[in-house]
Amino acid sequence: MSLPGFPDAAPLAGLGGGVLIGLAAALMLLGAGRIAGVSGIAARAFGMTESSLPRAQALAFLIGLPLGALVIGALTGAAAPSFAGPVPLILAGLLVGIGTRLGSGCTSGHGVCGLSRLSQRSLVAVATFMATGFATVAAMNAFGIAVLP
Amino acid sequence: MIRGLILPLLSGAIFGAGLTVGGMTDPARVRGFLDLFGAWDPTLAFVMGGAVLVMALAWVFQRRMQRPAFAESFALPDRSDITPRLVGGSALFGIGWGIAGLCPGPGFAALAIAPVPAAIFLAAMLAGMMIARLWEGKAGA
Repeated sequence: MSLPGFPDAAPLAGLGGGVLIGLAAALMLLGAGRIAGVSGIAARAFGMTESSLPRAQALAFLIGLPLGALVIGALTGAAAPSFAGPVPLILAGLLVGIGTRLGSGCTSGHGVCGLSRLSQRSLVAVATFMATGFATVAAMNAFGIAVLP
Repeated sequence: MIRGLILPLLSGAIFGAGLTVGGMTDPARVRGFLDLFGAWDPTLAFVMGGAVLVMALAWVFQRRMQRPAFAESFALPDRSDITPRLVGGSALFGIGWGIAGLCPGPGFAALAIAPVPAAIFLAAMLAGMMIARLWEGKAGA
């Protein structure tokens, strides 16, 4: 199925992927009593924050992420997508790391878990990172800076 | 000990599968969504919509539960103050997200798809987290 006016969009795959992400976050919430926020879990796994989440559990969650991606890759046999080169990857990684710690969360913690809980902090965080994300891509396009082949 | 690791591992795997199915491990797809003023690709809105819908239901159940199914108690964020740190940090995150089309979850999931770019991004991200930690230590926050 395609979306009228948006030939490249994959709404059904998006919705299906979103439901899986929601189920994963629900499992973490109702099973372990915690927010499935990847930046916070990563900081915990690498000893950069104190949290009541045991470090081994944080690592187990992070190891699960590529395992799930591996299973889907094997099932669909889709070709690997293109990624940015080292310089933009490093710059982006630094900003994502600093930003998610200062902002207390990323797309999963604030986006999925916080928005669904109607958290005001998350609402502000999501509105902010979406706005600067839109602005960044618009500015890069305006200056003709392409990071993907 | 091993039993306690099954739930987070399973949650992470389902999360990673969802990110891949939804196209979030494809930077072009993510940057397509952020290209609001160009060739906008709304797919990510469907991913967010699906995930938020399921989680909204989960919060309804959570409010009726005394404790989580496999842990002693809930440990959930309870802050409601909007601080410059929250807004500034989120703003920086959004810039990084826009540059490479990666956020933390897809960064880890991409280790299975393109290990070298994913590892470069994650190493820089962890370094960034370290910088934020040092910075906070100095600010006494």
